[in-house]
Amino acid sequence: MATITTQRSLSGSSQSPRSPSAQPFLGITVTDPVKLGNGVQAYISYRVITKTNFPEYQGPEKIVIRRYSDFVWLRDRLFEKYKGIFIPPLPEKSAVEKFRFSSEFIEMRRQALDIFLNRIASHPELRQSEDLRTFLQVDEETMERARSQETGIFKKKPADLMQIFKDVQSKVSDVVLGKEKPLEESSPEYEKLKHYTFELEDHLAEAQKHAFRLVKRHRELGQSLADFGKAIKLLGACEGNSLGKAFSELGSKSETLSIKLQKEAHHLLMKFEEPLKDYVRAVQSIKATMAERANAFKHQCELAETIKLKEINLDKLMLTRSDKVGEAEIEYRELKAEGEEATRRFETIVRLMSEEIVRFQEQKTLDIGIAFHELAKGQAQMANEIADAWRSLIPKLEACSART
Amino acid sequence: MMGFENQGFEEAHLFSSRQEIQSLVLDEPLDGKSFSDYRSAMSSISEAHHPLSPPIVGIEVDDDPLLSPSSYMDRRNPNVSENSYLEPPSYADVVFSPFGNENGEANGFENSTHDSVKSEIISRSASSSSGYIKIAVSNPVKEQEISNSLVPGGNTYVTYLITTRTNIPEFGGSEYSVRRRFKDVVTLADRLSESYRGFFIPPRPDKNVVESQVMHKQEFVEQRRVALEKYLTRLAAHPVIKKSEELKVFLQVQGKLPLPTTTDVASRMLDGAVKLPKQLFGEPATVVAPHEVVQPAKGGRDLLRIFKELKQSVANDWGGSKPPVVEEDKEFLEKKEKLQVFEQQLSNASQQAESLVKAQQDIGETMGQLGLAFIKLTKFETEEAMYNSQRIRAADMKRVATAAVKASRFYRESNAQTVKYLDTLHEYLGLMLAVHSAFSDRSSALLTVQTLLSELSSLQSRAEKLEVASSKIFGGDRSRIRKIEELKETIRVTEDAKSCAVREYERIKDTLHEYLGLMLAVHSAFSDRSSALLTVQTLLSELSSLQSRAEKLEVASSKIFGGDRSRIRKIEELKETIRVTEDAKSCAVREYERIKENNRNELERLERERRHDFLSMLKGFVINQVGYAEKIANEWANVAEETSGYTKESS
Repeated sequence: MATITTQRSLSGSSQSPRSPSAQPFLGITVTDPVKLGNGVQAYISYRVITKTNFPEYQGPEKIVIRRYSDFVWLRDRLFEKYKGIFIPPLPEKSAVEKFRFSSEFIEMRRQALDIFLNRIASHPELRQSEDLRTFLQVDEETMERARSQETGIFKKKPADLMQIFKDVQSKVSDVVLGKEKPLEESSPEYEKLKHYTFELEDHLAEAQKHAFRLVKRHRELGQSLADFGKAIKLLGACEGNSLGKAFSELGSKSETLSIKLQKEAHHLLMKFEEPLKDYVRAVQSIKATMAERANAFKHQCELAETIKLKEINLDKLMLTRSDKVGEAEIEYRELKAEGEEATRRFETIVRLMSEEIVRFQEQKTLDIGIAFHELAKGQAQMANEIADAWRSLIPKLEACSART
Repeated sequence: MMGFENQGFEEAHLFSSRQEIQSLVLDEPLDGKSFSDYRSAMSSISEAHHPLSPPIVGIEVDDDPLLSPSSYMDRRNPNVSENSYLEPPSYADVVFSPFGNENGEANGFENSTHDSVKSEIISRSASSSSGYIKIAVSNPVKEQEISNSLVPGGNTYVTYLITTRTNIPEFGGSEYSVRRRFKDVVTLADRLSESYRGFFIPPRPDKNVVESQVMHKQEFVEQRRVALEKYLTRLAAHPVIKKSEELKVFLQVQGKLPLPTTTDVASRMLDGAVKLPKQLFGEPATVVAPHEVVQPAKGGRDLLRIFKELKQSVANDWGGSKPPVVEEDKEFLEKKEKLQVFEQQLSNASQQAESLVKAQQDIGETMGQLGLAFIKLTKFETEEAMYNSQRIRAADMKRVATAAVKASRFYRESNAQTVKYLDTLHEYLGLMLAVHSAFSDRSSALLTVQTLLSELSSLQSRAEKLEVASSKIFGGDRSRIRKIEELKETIRVTEDAKSCAVREYERIKDTLHEYLGLMLAVHSAFSDRSSALLTVQTLLSELSSLQSRAEKLEVASSKIFGGDRSRIRKIEELKETIRVTEDAKSCAVREYERIKENNRNELERLERERRHDFLSMLKGFVINQVGYAEKIANEWANVAEETSGYTKESS
């Protein structure tokens, strides 16, 4: 775990430019997960270390203690404030209660949270966020107050939040599939993007499913090898002579390799399966942004409709020279401003999204490239170790058969 | 053996997915024209063939430099030779032979596996003696039972062509082929197990009682064909059985199998008593007889029950006395015990080997599925690509997908080889069955000896008792005979007296004539005469009564003599039975000794061959693992090298 932590912090600092004094940098490390509380109340807290030269920050280094729901708070705030930007995804809550405090789950989540913060920190817009600053700097009590002060839907418990997130998703699919709203954007380019996003999620989910299964298979093969090794050793004990020795050596090697396989399974889980899962989450985050875009579009259209009605109404009033003209005109102007604001908001989302897509693609090419590299490296290393282990037995077996 | 059959299915299953993966085209450049190939690949995945695309076979793969076997080896050698284990050519052949069949039809691979298994077994037998027998089972044909079955077409069976090539002089030729059905194989196995008791005869494939519909399914027939070939090959590898008349007849004689299909069912059921003389069994009277002699008091009342109880208690006694008798061969017992432990470990190891193979297969399959998922993703990204970064990613994915699919293929091939090597464990487990039956031959022979011994002792005690009884009777007879003799003597004496009296009477009659005139004497003479007559009359009556008594006595004694004779006959019969039983016993003892000897020889052979087989199993397993692990390592190392830019970029 220690090695992973150092690796992570290395790549964490990678987001920071080479000469920290000259260029602004913001590097964050999530470490030391500790279990706090008991029973249902139990939770994991993390140490969040920030190193920066941003003038807005209190100092070059700050350490705070945060828990998962704090991260959720940050994500939700950013989502509310930065419409059109793909907010980096958070790792999901553990679906299965009994894995919640398994060291593997905790480590995986720690890694994912680290990535989450560093993604925000390396995003040109999000890194300026006031909420990020709050998250990284305020003490625990303030954080807790901020978290509980949240009004509206975000005041709810994290479990409900997940439900809301899911609702948003299903709403998104409703919106995009045109089930609910007649008002929908229909530029061919955006259609293509929507189609791409939805298909991509399916494909990635499938790949991730197989990757997870591959991890499981590694563990199973490891277990089988260990059992096989034991059985072969026992069988060797029946033989006694040099053949028996050969057997027991084969058995020992099997057991050694079993440990290697287990290690590789862990490596695979952390460095290949988790990035894939992160990829899936990122796509889901895009979908959430799309839902916002659809809402903005709908709002804009509705306003345009209302404005049109008001305009007709105003024209009518002007013709009849009613007393209400002045009032109506003010109302119309207000509405018009609101409409322009909505259009601007929508256009901002559109503009941001097209930038974000490019960022997303580049980021993912890099992430997945690293994941692929880790996969290939791990597999090659494991296969080599397997080959080496077995190869070392060959001379012994040769000697044994020569004696026969 | 079930394990083996399961593997058959697994292999079949493997081939289907193997074809699926092979049909995927992985290595074209990622420009527009490759899409159609991708699409055809995709359609093969979803198993929905596009009407326009021909059925996909891995033909295009031929001109793909990466997948063609020869260039693969070329690629491999320069990179790996310095760090790879440099196998002698023979190992390389064993390990890499499947690559030759990579583009061949599905069966090619399977056959090559069988060939190598076979050749391995044969090479072993060839090393132990110069003669070889190579047996191939092929060409299953469905045939109609000629029996007068009422339902026409109801009875069909499958015959297999069994081709033998050999240089063993006893066969008197070099090549034969006969048609045999499974029933014939059963007969052969039965005859062999009768004639070669105490040998570790390779176990016959299971009968598999299945419905006739299943019976004629292609895969069942194929499975059985493989099993039969394996069985016959194993028989031919046995140093003694390969020279047996039974096998020779089975392999050589055209037409109907001349071996008797069944021996006496009853005698086979009483397995321990196969060689017993018939009169000892199936004739309750002779068995009941001693019981009647021993327990006359209970006679008749609930005889059957008593008899059964007696038999049971005797059986129980045997059960109790078995260990001391078996213990007689200490060395054998030790070996048997060791073998039992061995068997336990073997079955454990075999089970674990199976789950290892399963796990290896699973990881290969999952790797393949992962590869397929990435191929789909590659295709998708390529089609939808708007940015260059997507194309770069797609290219990376393609590399990984290719490597994953290749690794999956290697896992699969490696697994097929692993199955082949670890099958030795299964074979030995199967052989343990043969060992068991050989040991049970031995113990049943021992039981026969014991049965005969106890039979003999009971017969002897019966004979003794009968002799004692008849000697008592003889004693009684003698006194009776003495009485008769005495009576006869009395009769003789009386008759003497009578004749004497008659003579006196005659003499008196003469004198009477002489002294006719003598009147004085007349009266007294008359009275004399009448008194002499009276004497004669008395004597006569006495004689007749004596004669009747003698007659009675003679009749009585002749009756007694007759009883004695039948008793003597019985004793003689018993003696004959004892003689026969003794013959049977000595025969059974001989058989037992022979089986013991066979057991010992076979145990030695087993140990020798086990060593050899296990060594070659371990070696094969290890070399195979090394070979394929190297290949997999290579594939991934290439990908790792190609993607190493990312880590540099990020650090």
